[in-house]
Amino acid sequence: MNTESSMNNKLQNVNGVPISRREAMRRGITGTAGLLLADKFGGFGALAAEEQKPKPVIKAKAKSVIQIFLWGGMSHNDTWDPKPKSGYEYLGDFRGVLDTNVPGIQVSELFPQLAKQADKYSIIRSMTHRNNGHETAAYIMQTGHMPGERLAYPSVGAVFAMFKGYNAGYKGVLPPYVVMTQPQGRFSEAGFLGAKYKPFATGGDPNAARFEVEGVVARGITDDRQKARREFLGKMNTMRNAMPGNPQLAESKSTEESAYNLILGKGKEVFDLSLEKPELRDKYGRHTFGQECLVARRLVESGVPYVTINYPGGWDTHSNHFLTMRRQCPQLDQGLAALLQDLHDTGLLETTVVWCCGEFGRGPKVDWQPPWNGGRNHYGNVFSVLVAGGGFKSGCIVGSSDEKGEEVKERPVYPIDLMGSIYLLAGIDPNAKLPHPEGLDAFVLNPEEKGQKTAGYLTEIMNI
Amino acid sequence: MKTLSILTITVLLSTSVIAAPKAAPSASPPAKPAVSSNLFEAADCVVPETKIDKLVGEKLSKLGIKPAICSDEVFLRRVYLDVTGTLPTAAEARDFLQDKGKNKRAVLVNRLLDTLEYADFWAMKWSDILRVKAEFPVNLWPNAAQAYHHWIKISLRDNKPYDKFVREMLVSNGSNFRVGPVNFYRAVQSKTPEGLAASAALAFMGTRVDTWKDKEALPGMSVFFSQVSYKPTREWKEEIVFWDPDKEYNDAVKAAEQAAAAAAAEQAAAIAAAKAASKTATNVSAKATTNAVPKQAANVVAQAATNAVAAKPAIIVPKVAIFPDGTKLKTLPPDQDPREIFADWLITPKNPWFTKSIVNRMWSWLMGRGIIHEPDDIRPDNPPSNPKLLAYLQEEFIASKYDMKHLFRLILNSRTYQSSSIVPKSKELAKIEANFGFYPLRRLDAEVLIDAINQFTGTSDLYTSAIPEPFTFIPENKPAVALPDGSISSSFLELFGKPARATGQENERVSKFMATQKMHLLNSGHIQRKLETSPKLRSLIKARTVKNKDTSKDILEEIYLSVLSRFPTADEVKNAHAYAKSGIVKGNDVWIDIVWALLNSDEFLYRH
Repeated sequence: MNTESSMNNKLQNVNGVPISRREAMRRGITGTAGLLLADKFGGFGALAAEEQKPKPVIKAKAKSVIQIFLWGGMSHNDTWDPKPKSGYEYLGDFRGVLDTNVPGIQVSELFPQLAKQADKYSIIRSMTHRNNGHETAAYIMQTGHMPGERLAYPSVGAVFAMFKGYNAGYKGVLPPYVVMTQPQGRFSEAGFLGAKYKPFATGGDPNAARFEVEGVVARGITDDRQKARREFLGKMNTMRNAMPGNPQLAESKSTEESAYNLILGKGKEVFDLSLEKPELRDKYGRHTFGQECLVARRLVESGVPYVTINYPGGWDTHSNHFLTMRRQCPQLDQGLAALLQDLHDTGLLETTVVWCCGEFGRGPKVDWQPPWNGGRNHYGNVFSVLVAGGGFKSGCIVGSSDEKGEEVKERPVYPIDLMGSIYLLAGIDPNAKLPHPEGLDAFVLNPEEKGQKTAGYLTEIMNI
Repeated sequence: MKTLSILTITVLLSTSVIAAPKAAPSASPPAKPAVSSNLFEAADCVVPETKIDKLVGEKLSKLGIKPAICSDEVFLRRVYLDVTGTLPTAAEARDFLQDKGKNKRAVLVNRLLDTLEYADFWAMKWSDILRVKAEFPVNLWPNAAQAYHHWIKISLRDNKPYDKFVREMLVSNGSNFRVGPVNFYRAVQSKTPEGLAASAALAFMGTRVDTWKDKEALPGMSVFFSQVSYKPTREWKEEIVFWDPDKEYNDAVKAAEQAAAAAAAEQAAAIAAAKAASKTATNVSAKATTNAVPKQAANVVAQAATNAVAAKPAIIVPKVAIFPDGTKLKTLPPDQDPREIFADWLITPKNPWFTKSIVNRMWSWLMGRGIIHEPDDIRPDNPPSNPKLLAYLQEEFIASKYDMKHLFRLILNSRTYQSSSIVPKSKELAKIEANFGFYPLRRLDAEVLIDAINQFTGTSDLYTSAIPEPFTFIPENKPAVALPDGSISSSFLELFGKPARATGQENERVSKFMATQKMHLLNSGHIQRKLETSPKLRSLIKARTVKNKDTSKDILEEIYLSVLSRFPTADEVKNAHAYAKSGIVKGNDVWIDIVWALLNSDEFLYRH
């Protein structure tokens, strides 16, 4: 495909009329699959479309998203893009590959459970942004924007919190953007949208006897004490009682009431895993990640639009790589496979996008030299992403890397291609304007940003 | 021991509760309004009128408002939080409240302005404005952020005159690790002349370049910053900021060379591709092409080299530097750093932005709102609500030789600053607010809030940075206010709106309540653990527990002084007893719940 090179030009020529990349992106002029999409946009023909307000382009399939973020960057060739013939320098300890339940698709030996579920997900093997710094690459993979731009953009979850949450009449008791268990922290996840759109971080450990969700389920406070405290606070709130009608205190009161709706209401049961069958909990795996996946399902079930699981551990395996992978991959395999199966069984998979990746992959060639002694370095040239549900087709492979997993071989997928596709499936216009505090032009995604590349939405795996 | 003391408390509380109903009729105040006037407002005017009050009064009298003065209790807490970002200890609170001195408010103001906490607190404010952060979206790197913060803090501690403070930043040269103020030129997302000019305009002129109507103004101002140059050293992440008079020329040469090299590479690649294609071809004409390739490639490279030389601009046409007031400077003198010329223009009493911007900012920091509002949005169509007041503050600031503490003192000692926070009933509330008819309520900033909780519980929080550097090690008892680098944080600070230090705008810090924040304060393990393990609460209870004597009132009083900086009212004592008597919680948990209630009361959560 040569769509990439044509899209790299600042302007693309359509019917003899140059149009901007933004417009090209908007219309989905990205090869044959893109043409199909373009029809649903309302067609190419009229350039007047440029003047129209971009509307959500397809009927939304996805109601919710579960993002599993593999902080640190997970190796691609040890996992979902195995290269069994690349030799010891590349393979290290892992040579085995497994056939999956979809003929022609193989994954590494570390993922026996996911191998049985390949009919429920697709793998992108040509994700690329060529950025090898944790914070910059994480920013790219969380926001779809390029670092170094003047604005600090919100993460995908914060955009969901706005378009599927606060601005869409979301009535849930739970915040619309929930992170387990710790926030990303390295950069402000709400960007310029501000604190309201930050994720609610649960804290606690869902694998503990009681999942103590920070602020929702407190340690050792009975409901009776909770109610007594509330009443007591009402009496002791001398200043509030002395200043009726004060606007700030009215806000304090109303936020307090919302908080108590969750603390004393039914909402907190979402986090109560004792309501699940023990066998199902076992299936997810009795470890933090496995139980996080189960909580994620419960959150989605209750209508939360965006759930992020920040993998409880790290994938930044500069050294000790193979040991760490042997320890962590089975948990990832178990939790993720159980989640897909469960979402499938409950019918939620149709309306829930699941995506899983780190900020980049890891060097396909092993660093055998000291001080690494068998590690893998940061690698953003090509890596893999797993996507499932919510309108994504399953049992497909998108793109490929070269024989040693070092570069994209075919069909590059750039961050805005992936994120734009997720937005589309959820009925969010990827070109919609975001409110900026200084009134500057800011968009959900912007293919015209310096350094952005696109090869088109993932229409080949989208049910549209 | 522990169980014993808990038992004692239970007994003590319950015995006192039995006595409470008898005492109640005489002890409890007659009606609610009495609470508001006694507790939050002073009975008579204890503060003399100042020039500020006359100027504010002129506006307010037209609105039919004469503000009441806040009570000593309110003043004490307000001035501690506003000047130092900390709470008074129980002992400090008691001393002040029991002090009969007429001048005690002014004495306290002077004392607080000389504390180290003053420097820490205002260094935090300036670090927001100047974006002191190791990484993202500005990238100072930990040691540079530390150096910058240290320089800011020392400047404030020593009360460096404001004109000198600004000039040191504007004309600085040197290493980012060793010369703190050079980081002014690094704490931007775009190190272009325009990016630097925009940053200087926002920080020192209080104006946002995006609002400038004259489209020549920013490019004109940026010429003064067009010779700021950066170079790395052999030390990891060290960077030298320096004046390079030939920067434009050097940059043009570099750009031309890069462009030429890129063009050559592209052509060479095209030829290589052609060569590869012809290899597979078998016919004669293709072979001819193959032979031609090396020659062609050589030509291309030679041509590229010539292009590069030709691209070197012989003469750089100097751009015209324009001061933001429109004055043009046709040529930059070759022997002077243009930043100095800009600083000379900016830092004078006559400059229309410089003094106005800082006095307006300082006013807004204490009063919760600028005379020009927002304080960093000065523009012709955003006029001051009280021009005379603004002019007076400028005169005072200039006359004091840019003494920041003098200006703070002037405002803090005014009745306007010490006015009540009870909002008057009026249809013209917005106007009254814009003319400082009452002290507006503001939620405590994230850092101040957690420091206050840690202070009265005697606990601490862990602050970390994701950037692996020895400089990001934080001692356990470091207050959040004193954190030197915006990258060092905690989930509490993130939740409560610690700014990202991305824009340098004051409105980046949002201290408004959200439900998730309330959930945290009302019901998190984080806060509950602090209350349960609080060494201060434990020792406070223990120290005042005497056998066979009801000391619960003493303990309650001490808790009130620690948390709310005042004595409890009779009603509050009664309510606490009733809660203890209800039997829902027992032992230490009673005290924990009392502290919990005060911590969640608006009086604690807001500056008022």
